[in-house]
Amino acid sequence: MTATAEETPTTASAEPLLSLRNINKSFGAVHVLRGVDLDIRPGRVTALVGDNGAGKSTLIKGIAGIHAFDSGEYTFEGKPVHVHGPRDANALGIEVVYQDLALCDNLDVVHNMFLGREQTTRALLDESAMEIKAREVLDGLSVRTLKSVRTQVASLSGGQRQTVAIARAVLWNSRIVILDEPTAALGVAQTEQVLKLVRRLADRGLGVVLISHNLNDVFAVADDIAVLYLGQMAAQLDAHTVSNSQVVQWITTGKSDAEPRKDNDR
Amino acid sequence: MSTTTTPAPSAPTPPVEEAHKETLGTIARDYVTKVRGGDVGSLPAVLGLIFLVIVFTSLRGETFTNQFNFANLFNQSAGVMVIAMGLVFVLLLGEIDLSAGFTAGTCAAVIGVCATERGWPWYLAILAGIATGAVIGLLIGLLVARLGIPSFVVTLAAFLGLQGVMLLIIGEGGTIPYRDDKLLAIMNKNLPVWLGWTLCIVGILAYGLVTYLRVKRRLDAGLGGGSLQLWALKTGAVAVVLLWMTYYFNLERSRNPALISLKGVPIVVVILFGLLVVLTFMLSRTAWGRHVYAVGGNAEAARRAGIAVAQVKLSCFMMCSSLAAVAGLLIASRDNSVSPSTGGSLTLLYAVGAAVIGGTSLFGGKGRIMDAVIGGLVIAVINNGMLMLDQPSGRVYLVTGLVLLLAASVDAISRRKARASGRV
Repeated sequence: MTATAEETPTTASAEPLLSLRNINKSFGAVHVLRGVDLDIRPGRVTALVGDNGAGKSTLIKGIAGIHAFDSGEYTFEGKPVHVHGPRDANALGIEVVYQDLALCDNLDVVHNMFLGREQTTRALLDESAMEIKAREVLDGLSVRTLKSVRTQVASLSGGQRQTVAIARAVLWNSRIVILDEPTAALGVAQTEQVLKLVRRLADRGLGVVLISHNLNDVFAVADDIAVLYLGQMAAQLDAHTVSNSQVVQWITTGKSDAEPRKDNDR
Repeated sequence: MSTTTTPAPSAPTPPVEEAHKETLGTIARDYVTKVRGGDVGSLPAVLGLIFLVIVFTSLRGETFTNQFNFANLFNQSAGVMVIAMGLVFVLLLGEIDLSAGFTAGTCAAVIGVCATERGWPWYLAILAGIATGAVIGLLIGLLVARLGIPSFVVTLAAFLGLQGVMLLIIGEGGTIPYRDDKLLAIMNKNLPVWLGWTLCIVGILAYGLVTYLRVKRRLDAGLGGGSLQLWALKTGAVAVVLLWMTYYFNLERSRNPALISLKGVPIVVVILFGLLVVLTFMLSRTAWGRHVYAVGGNAEAARRAGIAVAQVKLSCFMMCSSLAAVAGLLIASRDNSVSPSTGGSLTLLYAVGAAVIGGTSLFGGKGRIMDAVIGGLVIAVINNGMLMLDQPSGRVYLVTGLVLLLAASVDAISRRKARASGRV
């Protein structure tokens, strides 16, 4: 972690890739997101934490275009953009790796990585080109747990499936990768592998958003910690200066004793 | 693998998979592992078919195993097979189309009206019939994919409704005869002997060339999964089957050759082969086909990957109903007319049975067009063989039902096994 901590100052000042300002979203009478701000910077892992129902999933689904925000600014590289569907988000280079993985068990690794964006030559699937590209990406991420890229996803372990899902996200020259609870169902060794993979993504200059309930995971890889509390962005903290207990306090109460919020306007 | 021969010395990145030399031995081992893991495909159906043929040959060799009955088997089962081919698309989604049988009947009636009563040329009449099928599929698809009504209910309604439409078109109790030579030739005429052989040779060469190019591209690119030995073995097997079938079809089938000669590959067999090749190609080599499997495997994953799930579903229902229209044409051409029973009674149930017996999963995501052909042959052989043994039709139904149950059990057990071996 020390090596990456030294790298971060150069990128910390970098312009945010993606900025959200004053985002609101309601489902019927339930006001899920209230004036949320969020910055995602290249080369940094931003952990998005918060208790159940704090609005984490709603926030990332909005970023990914699964459902639209009601109001607020959505800017990408400083330019305001409109994201109306997953394809819009993909076009910007935003990829989401979902908690329930969203892989098709009946297809193999290559098929899954290119799902919905198959390469074709003269209207026919170009299997060789896709397989070569898939291997390049997996090699580039130093993935060595997959025996063959032609195995059906159904026969892979949880960690391998997560690896495939992440590899799919970086296949498309993506700029931002959002990971929803990538380690939730994994054992110790597999969690370690996936977290290393997450760190490698950021070291390659991508903006990474990590949603997790596990603060050990968060402190292992994150540079910034964004805390959602009851639909509001309670704080964006520097992971290298806050302590575990402070973050827990932010998550559970929305404020911190050690460092009272100055902009407490409510 | 030129990219992996010069890894950066500081960060060696081993390739995901060494393109290990694939021999027939390793391929056979992989296949056994796959079958043991629960992915049996149409293996049980093929074994069952061989078993049935051996049993009926030993019991009634003189009437069952001869060139006349061989052609007859395809003639009897063609309609069911083509409906089953269409059902594969719908079953791949995890949906069902109960109305395909009466879609066949309705479209056959439309063709009859156009050709016999209006005097349209045969190709326009067929086009009108297939268009009718496509429209029926479009309506079913819209109700299922857009409104979200379960396909079981929608197609059950269509099953009843289309039966009514068909009766209204042909008039209660009446029939519409097919008189056009071309329409009747489909099920009643054979190719000339020379043309049968030519098509057979062309088919073998085309199969060999296409598959060779694919294997070669993979080997050139340094990818595994290709083996020239396996290619030679497969092409050889295809060649033997096609040559043997052509030879058998080209034997004299007439009881009285002096009066009327009956030999050559039946036209319907060529149609079946054509559909098999084209539809298999669409499912396995196009992005659309890949999307069909994806929607059947995990519709939510497909949606998140940006696949237009509703459109894929719509297209599959249209595919199914259009193929049912083709099946209706085959059935009516065989009977020389459209009657209220065309596409009715057991046609649809046999077709669903054929697809499932062939190895298409009722749970979606697994199946091939070939399954419909193999399953259709199994059902035809049971019916044909048992009736030759002078079994009452009660027993024939009983056995057919048991075979279907067996096939569905294999499907369910293989899923359980797959889950146990981590394949879900």
